[in-house]
Amino acid sequence: MRETFSLEMKQIVKQFGSVIANDHVDFNCKPGEVHALLGENGAGKSTIMCMLSGVYRPTSGEIYIHGEKVKIRSPKDATKLGVGMVFQNFRLVQTLTAAENIVLGEKSSFWRGPRWMKNKTEEIDSIAKRFGLAFPVDRPIWQLSVGEQQRVEIVKTLYRGAEFIILDEPTSVLTPGEADQLFLTLEQMKSEGKTVILTTHKMKEVMAAADRISVMRKGRMIHTIDKSDTNEKDLARLMVGSDIAPVEIQGRTRPRGELLLNVENLDVYAEHGRKALNNLNLKVYKGEIVGVAGVAGNGQSELAEVLNGLCTWKKGKITFNGVEIKTASVRGAIEAGISHVPENRMKSGLAGSLGVVDNLLFKSYRSEHRSKYGFLKIKSNREWSQRLVEQFDVKTPGIDAPVRQLSGGNQQKLLFAREIDRKPELMVAVHPTQGLDVGATAGVHRLLNGLRDEGKSVLLISEDLEEVMQLSDRILIIYNGCVVGEMRQEEANRERIGLYMAGIREKEEEAV
Amino acid sequence: MDLITQLLVAAISSGTPLLFATLGGILIERSGVMQLGAEGLMLMGAVIACTTYIHTGSLGWTLLAVLVVGGALGLIHSFLTVTLRANQVVSGLAMTLFGSGLSAYLGKSITGTPIPGSVPKIDLNFLDGIPIIGDMFAHLDILTWFSLILVILAHLFIHRTSWGLHLRAIGDNPATADVMGIPVQIFRYGYIIIGSMLIGLAGADLLLVYSPTWIEGMTAGRGWIAVALIIFARWNPLRALFCAYFFGAMDTIGFKIQLIGSAIPSYFLKMIPYIITILVLMYLGWRNRNKPSGSPEALGAPYIREQRF
Amino acid sequence: MSEQPAAGTVSLDKTASETRRRFSFRFEIDPARKESPWWMTIVSIVLALLACAIFIAANGKNPWLVYEKMFRGAFMSEFGITETLVKAIPLLLCGLGVAIAYRISVWNIGAEGQFVAGAIGATAVTVYLPEMPMSLTIPIMIVFAVVAGGIWGALTALPKVYFQVNELITSLMLNYVALLLLDYLVFDPWKDPKGFNFPGTPMFTDAQMLPVLGDTRLHLGLVFALVIVLIYWFTVKYTRWGYELRLIGANQDAARNAGINIKKHILIVMVISGAVAGIAGMSEVTGVTHRLMYGISPGYGYTAIIVAWIAKLNPFGLVISSVLFGGLIVGGYSVQTMGLPSSISSMIQGAILFFLIAGNMVSKFRLRRNG
Repeated sequence: MRETFSLEMKQIVKQFGSVIANDHVDFNCKPGEVHALLGENGAGKSTIMCMLSGVYRPTSGEIYIHGEKVKIRSPKDATKLGVGMVFQNFRLVQTLTAAENIVLGEKSSFWRGPRWMKNKTEEIDSIAKRFGLAFPVDRPIWQLSVGEQQRVEIVKTLYRGAEFIILDEPTSVLTPGEADQLFLTLEQMKSEGKTVILTTHKMKEVMAAADRISVMRKGRMIHTIDKSDTNEKDLARLMVGSDIAPVEIQGRTRPRGELLLNVENLDVYAEHGRKALNNLNLKVYKGEIVGVAGVAGNGQSELAEVLNGLCTWKKGKITFNGVEIKTASVRGAIEAGISHVPENRMKSGLAGSLGVVDNLLFKSYRSEHRSKYGFLKIKSNREWSQRLVEQFDVKTPGIDAPVRQLSGGNQQKLLFAREIDRKPELMVAVHPTQGLDVGATAGVHRLLNGLRDEGKSVLLISEDLEEVMQLSDRILIIYNGCVVGEMRQEEANRERIGLYMAGIREKEEEAV
Repeated sequence: MDLITQLLVAAISSGTPLLFATLGGILIERSGVMQLGAEGLMLMGAVIACTTYIHTGSLGWTLLAVLVVGGALGLIHSFLTVTLRANQVVSGLAMTLFGSGLSAYLGKSITGTPIPGSVPKIDLNFLDGIPIIGDMFAHLDILTWFSLILVILAHLFIHRTSWGLHLRAIGDNPATADVMGIPVQIFRYGYIIIGSMLIGLAGADLLLVYSPTWIEGMTAGRGWIAVALIIFARWNPLRALFCAYFFGAMDTIGFKIQLIGSAIPSYFLKMIPYIITILVLMYLGWRNRNKPSGSPEALGAPYIREQRF
Repeated sequence: MSEQPAAGTVSLDKTASETRRRFSFRFEIDPARKESPWWMTIVSIVLALLACAIFIAANGKNPWLVYEKMFRGAFMSEFGITETLVKAIPLLLCGLGVAIAYRISVWNIGAEGQFVAGAIGATAVTVYLPEMPMSLTIPIMIVFAVVAGGIWGALTALPKVYFQVNELITSLMLNYVALLLLDYLVFDPWKDPKGFNFPGTPMFTDAQMLPVLGDTRLHLGLVFALVIVLIYWFTVKYTRWGYELRLIGANQDAARNAGINIKKHILIVMVISGAVAGIAGMSEVTGVTHRLMYGISPGYGYTAIIVAWIAKLNPFGLVISSVLFGGLIVGGYSVQTMGLPSSISSMIQGAILFFLIAGNMVSKFRLRRNG
């Protein structure tokens, strides 16, 4: 017997330029179910949901709601069709109250005296209570906690009569208690016949809340399955793809040296008082590549920032080369010999309008090779830049060409050239091959291996699990701001890493 | 009249131009666009008011001309900042420079010529005997009354109507407003034009009521003080009323203190409004260092649609 | 977190319904085109002149005659050229000050006040210090002007750095304060007792005046200005500090990653910016007016903003645009005999800036057919 689907998306393709974000994806939902879309970052789950909610338009493919074909061209169309989406970054006006945000855009009365607001507020309150979503209705949004703000967003969709509610990584901003509360809300929505779609990478929520689970990977829909027919291990395998050929491991040529970096019990707070790093412990030895795997948003950025002196820590101790680092200082980090390849090279790593020479000088312009008595050694700097460009095979129209004219791969090579030329003790590379083609990626990998072979160390923070497994001598998995698992290259396998990444701990591995 | 009453009366007469300018600026900035051309707009308003009044003798035409010119200048500013997404600071500065220059040019022929009449007053004779309140409100002109009504209207508009809600959304988070179906660009054009009209009216009020002959540069920085007042008033029309009157009083306090025969040279007393502006801004900056300042979040940033998600 | 569109172009993904309602074109903002083409400046100026011609005509004068007289007055006679250069000197110096600040995205609108502060500082030497030979007096006056202007610049930077006060307003307010201070000094304590109530100090002695070229009014200040331009050019291109400034201006985030202390640089830059404008004041007072007096600046500080903008912070562009605007001011004076106010030049300046901005933005757009 075939149940009718309330929602069907057939053969959806979404292309951005040459990047295929969704590759012939089929997705369907039944009324009154909680359907989880499981996958890592870049799997394509947010993209496909954006098409359902009208933010993107599909390159090809069809969407059917209750059997009728529909064209969703804008968020307004989506709302009319009963689709509401709660994004990870909320669409809320900070200075307005929750109630005001919810009624924003409503075309009804012009005059909104206190009585009108009172009616609306009661309406909103009743919806909120029905679904177990409590929040202060009359305070401006910036005063609400993140969890409360999310509830406002959910009520917003319900208030508009949404039948399909999409939640994009909802628990990434919630405490465990708030997450449980959310699951109760989902139950209530289910019982009222609504369809809830959850995108997530967290196994626990999937098993706790979902009725059916669809796993996506690298833009494709891998499998859709009922919860009762599967378990966490199977899902993890589907998510990271253990049916792929075993990863080529590039072994170490010499044993590792002494302890270089020791991070102990680190607590770091990000904006809004959110705890980004929670009692994090990390060790890096000389002559090794340590890979940090994990889904983005679990503290990786903050870890990289702390190590490079860009942000302070509330608690904990960091020791580098035997010396304790007491204060966060970028110059201090640079002088100590820490190199940084940031995740967004055009935003924080390079100055697009400046030329190649100027960009290469970033970290070393204070050294005596590059400047003397405050004057830049122009000629010798240019020669040095020329040498670097050739050595690292950076294709550029000239050493004065603005860096933004270079291709992504060459920009990254330039960054590496700069950072490696300094002969750093530790290189912190964050998503170093993001947006690079196969050739450029291989080049970066060669550079990282080269560093390791010289007895230096690399902390490789990357969402690309394959890359981490290929290069790292040791793999740490970060989840919710602390290191939840560690394994040596020989014992690493995708399943186990996938489980850790999804927040399922087996036994705490003792750091060797 | 004793000194306090004198100050209060002066606060109103001197503060009304500031009030108009601040209200106009609040509308513009609330929609998310910076308004730094106030000085030029005010000067243009003043010179147009003077010229039109002298040439037509009719107050009605005068006010109409001021509104039209103010609106036209506002249209230029909105075209540059909303459609072309130019740098709002530079556009405002250009407006100031252009307005200063153009007003000086246009005003040359009428410098020193007094206007042929005055703005009609509303005589509330029943208030005459009452101390302080009577002196303040008994014989105010219609423009001043208009400004007071405007304060109330603006406040009600922003906080009690759907359009006011949309205005607040546009200035704070235009992406969200856009997603909710609010036409951001159109509204911004509208608010900039209306706000510019009000600022032009401020200049007209300065000329017609406060100081009835045209002198080049007669606003003496009041436009800039209005820009600062928008911040003190935290973009709120009711607070703008008190801030404008406070500064109106500051403006004359120097003069009044001199009359009492103080030893402080008048020049330093004239500095008071400007220095106080800086000090108050510093105080606000220090006090709000951990909280949002109440400024429209999107202030200064042109809204470009593809920036959603 | 979301997938990125392919690197390279950022396009306005107008949804189909919008596109059908409006154009069938797409506007693309090309991020690679940061600078507008050089001819855009000239086009803007021409358009501005055309626009102002309308106003001039509306006032009953023939705009072409007016423009011709302005040009003649400014550039076609020996007197005109030297006068233009005389006006260009303070414009160049103040423009340098504005440009230095703008390099790191700080808006120094206070060049007017810093100019006045410098003039006051230099004059203080004549009032309070004993008579000295020129070789001592002039350098000391420069020092005083630099300090005074630098302090005025710092007064703008400190509230910004420590209290997040927008420097636009602060510098503006300080302009008015400086002018009032000037008024006080020339009407009261420093007033020339033999001056028949003229608001100014006594004339400077020979030792306190800058030497001039021949019998023109072109004074040594020109040398100061050109020297400072060279120093500016050299510093930005060849020194470590100049590199740091360029980096902050290009990408503040990246600059922070390179370990640069942005706050410290803001303070230093504003002090220098004010100091340079202060030197402008000093040279005007010692080279042209030979006394401190009321109305010492016809808005140099404000015109300097446009001068800096047109030149796009390029030091040699600054020289050209300051001469251009100096000519504009002189031209404005020369049409006074036609019954036009000299403020005609401010009007043209403002118009030029408008068209410059518009031109700047328009050149960033490219029209592409949809599809």
